[in-house]
Amino acid sequence: MTAAGVGLTAASVAAGLAMVAAIAAPRRLRVAAVGGLTAASAAAGLVAALAVLTGSGTVAATMPDLLPLAGVRIELDALGAVFVVAVAVVAIPAALYGIGYAAPRSTGHGASGRSVQATLPLFVWSLLMVPAAGSVSTLLVLWELMALSSLLLVVADHRHNPAVRSAAHWYAAMTQLGLVAILLALVVLAGQAGGDSFAAIRDGAAGVGPHARSVVFVLALVGFGSKAGVVPLHVWLPRAHPEAPSHVSALMSGAMVKLGVYGIVRVGWDLLGGGPRWWGLTILVVGAVSALFGILHALVATDLKRLLAYSTTENVGLILIGVGAAGLFAASGNRALASVAVAAALLHVVNHAAFKGLLFLGAGSVLHATGTRDLDRLGGLARRMPVTGATFAIGALAIAALPPLNGFVSEWLLLQALVHSLPSSTALVAVAMPVAVAIVALTGGLAAATFVKAFGTGFLAMPRSPEADAAHESPWSMRIGLCLLAGVCVALGLAPTALGRPLTRAVAVLGPLADGRPVRADGVNLELAGIQATLSPLLLAVGLLAAIFATLAVVRAVRSAPTRRGAATWGCGRSVQTARMEYTATSFAEPLQRVFDDVLRPDLDVHVDHRVESRYYVEAVRYRQGIRDAVEHRLYEPVLRAGRWWGRTARHLQDGSIHRYLAYIMVALVVALVVAR
Amino acid sequence: MSVAGLAAAVCQTALVVVVAPFVVGLMRWVRARLEGRAGPPLTQPWRDIRKQMAKERIVPATASWVFTLAPLVLVATAVVATGIVPFLTTRSGLDEIGDLFALVYMLLLGTVFLALAGLDPGTAFGGMGSSREMTIAAVAEPTILVAIFALSVTAGSSNLSAIVTSTLDHPSTVASPETMLAFAALAVVTLAETGRLPVDNPSTHLELTMIHEAMILEYSGPDLALVELAAHMRLVVFLGLLSNLFVPWGIATTTHPLELLAAAGAVCAKIAVLGIVIATFEVFVAKVRLFRVPELLAASFVLAFLAVTASFYLA
Repeated sequence: MTAAGVGLTAASVAAGLAMVAAIAAPRRLRVAAVGGLTAASAAAGLVAALAVLTGSGTVAATMPDLLPLAGVRIELDALGAVFVVAVAVVAIPAALYGIGYAAPRSTGHGASGRSVQATLPLFVWSLLMVPAAGSVSTLLVLWELMALSSLLLVVADHRHNPAVRSAAHWYAAMTQLGLVAILLALVVLAGQAGGDSFAAIRDGAAGVGPHARSVVFVLALVGFGSKAGVVPLHVWLPRAHPEAPSHVSALMSGAMVKLGVYGIVRVGWDLLGGGPRWWGLTILVVGAVSALFGILHALVATDLKRLLAYSTTENVGLILIGVGAAGLFAASGNRALASVAVAAALLHVVNHAAFKGLLFLGAGSVLHATGTRDLDRLGGLARRMPVTGATFAIGALAIAALPPLNGFVSEWLLLQALVHSLPSSTALVAVAMPVAVAIVALTGGLAAATFVKAFGTGFLAMPRSPEADAAHESPWSMRIGLCLLAGVCVALGLAPTALGRPLTRAVAVLGPLADGRPVRADGVNLELAGIQATLSPLLLAVGLLAAIFATLAVVRAVRSAPTRRGAATWGCGRSVQTARMEYTATSFAEPLQRVFDDVLRPDLDVHVDHRVESRYYVEAVRYRQGIRDAVEHRLYEPVLRAGRWWGRTARHLQDGSIHRYLAYIMVALVVALVVAR
Repeated sequence: MSVAGLAAAVCQTALVVVVAPFVVGLMRWVRARLEGRAGPPLTQPWRDIRKQMAKERIVPATASWVFTLAPLVLVATAVVATGIVPFLTTRSGLDEIGDLFALVYMLLLGTVFLALAGLDPGTAFGGMGSSREMTIAAVAEPTILVAIFALSVTAGSSNLSAIVTSTLDHPSTVASPETMLAFAALAVVTLAETGRLPVDNPSTHLELTMIHEAMILEYSGPDLALVELAAHMRLVVFLGLLSNLFVPWGIATTTHPLELLAAAGAVCAKIAVLGIVIATFEVFVAKVRLFRVPELLAASFVLAFLAVTASFYLA
């Protein structure tokens, strides 16, 4: 058995042990045992994935007796391994974090119960195994296992929080509708290509007619897209992610939504072997809309976890821009560029797992310490929770794509791929690419504003509520989770050159998009296939650090008597500075909200009460602002209303009157007699 | 990366650090003369920095480590930027560690830290300045990146020295529509990013109308000196980019000391001319309302977009 096979087996065994421990272990030990074993399971998965990515052997195993009719086929290639790495990068810290987060003493969460603790390892295991599925039936079973276990985890807190139920309804409906689409896509594909295993489908895909291919592609895009949270199928995401326990949110946002991307890429460019130009263009448009829509809603969100959830939609959008551009380039015959674009997308999958996992865990620590997720009630946490504050800052800088952290590297790769498309191309590409670059740029700028808001109002300045004032640092296991992920963000940012070969192997799986080595490392410089641009994140970081220390040294040398004095903030002559005078998250986002008024359409409600004596004297002003998700409001609510109307109307048919029932029988009999004749 | 290249990069940084306050002094002086005032001497910005350096450092009681770190990060990003931008030579040793995109994101890192530092003391003014600064930075981003797109199409690379070398090799591209459109777009963005009129008024003293000054209101002593120096350097970085990307003549193509010296004279002259043009322009325009700034930047985005499409349709 290869190293990868051992890894996957160990991951399954550890996950099984964790489930046993969840049920059998006493309450005091349960959370620690489950957390440790789940982390071990994810670590074993990581070992397997790294073994595949470094080329020391793939895994392929068939277990015909495990599942009736089709059997189970496990096959982990380099493409799947990238996604396993993304899962493991979140799952190891999240599982450790869960030890402190779900501990019985912390009130308000039903996360330490037997059923929730037993579901967590199952969820992590299914996340690890979905990319390793080697046949249609295996993928579907694992996919459904992943969906159901995550649903159970979302409802963990349903006793204390009624919002959880509504979130769970949305999530259950969307994920099951998505499954229907995936099921149809894969069944049609397997039927047309004449086989259940992926290998058989690959062989038979060439014989599938163009219409069937397109039907499969569109169904897969809808089904997997609903899991990935792309607009307009994202509505479950900003509801379910905030209500789940925070380490589960991290897993869902950092890992699970990526498997939607995995499905699209696997079906579109591996199993079907690529398609016409409109495939790429469709994904590009979906990605661009998701990126912009997601970040705009993240910008105006004041609920920290809702903000992060919308930002997940944005990042999936960026990943899909890469995938779509790759499809477009490949269909236009520029395979070198396609390979760079898809490498950028895959790198962003791993990067986003690291920083979004980190940010969700940070938000969990804030929730744990203050009991609130409302940015307008937070503040001053950087001084009260130094580790959480510093790690959240790293995550915020990374997700804003700022050098020298990891988000910047994948954004740079994506921009390079988009920018170098122009000299030899068609009019479609010449117009689509500047628009795509502009959207990536605007998204990046808005993301910077969003995370300045999130960190600046959540962690800096004075606390805006007594809860925030009384905040305390999290227990050690939670801090370990945060520090691990912050370390990953820094390491991936400084040494992306180490990822050249693994990315090449992963891209090579996608036949129509692959062309040699998309990302090469020349010493410390990143070099791209067919593109004359270089980047050295490590040297940039060294330069920044050197400049910081040089500046410090100069200031020290110049100043004869360095003095430092703390003083009250200057208040234009006021004597007391209170938190009421601070800018809040809402006020911070107000200018941009006004700029993008037409997209966000905020509901504003201003009430001015005048004194009875004169209209020129104001008694009181009340201001209320709410921003609804336009897609949910315009697209889903009419459908739901129609469904409810239909239900109410149908109820009139059955009102308990025996006469009416006799009439139904009579009519039915007459109709039956007429039809039967 | 050669030793000579690194030395050239250090020369560039030293040049910008020394010259930047003088450029600001020149712009203030020109503006004062045109407004009929005597104007401060060119050395005034340097004198201010020296004075601030000797003063006490007063830190708001509510501020955290971000407030202390921000001026250093701001200066560091400006310093690394001066190493990457080809001020003196196309052979700068730092050229290959980052391209134009890296430069833009590096400068954005400084902006983000300053915006965080504006929020840190917990005043309304600081928050106001940060909020506005990030608004403008976010809306300016598409123009900058699409303009870079236009420039890199002609050169086939987004590395700065490649763009400059390509312009030196093919001088006719300067007069091409795509280059001129990209120049116009970048010029508008330069005004927005460096806080000049009509976006922000660098000489106002009314906090409610300010962006940059509102953010740094709580800084004092050496911290203020660093923030001001970094702001001056960022202005010169943008002016240097505008001059050497579009009119690169005079830049050295080796790292020979004499050539570097000549290039220093050339780039200083170009930057001075650009500074005088901007100062003159500022005399004749008023600051626009904050919510008209996105319209201005949208117009510049259209220019940048046309620059990219022109390179395809007119090729």
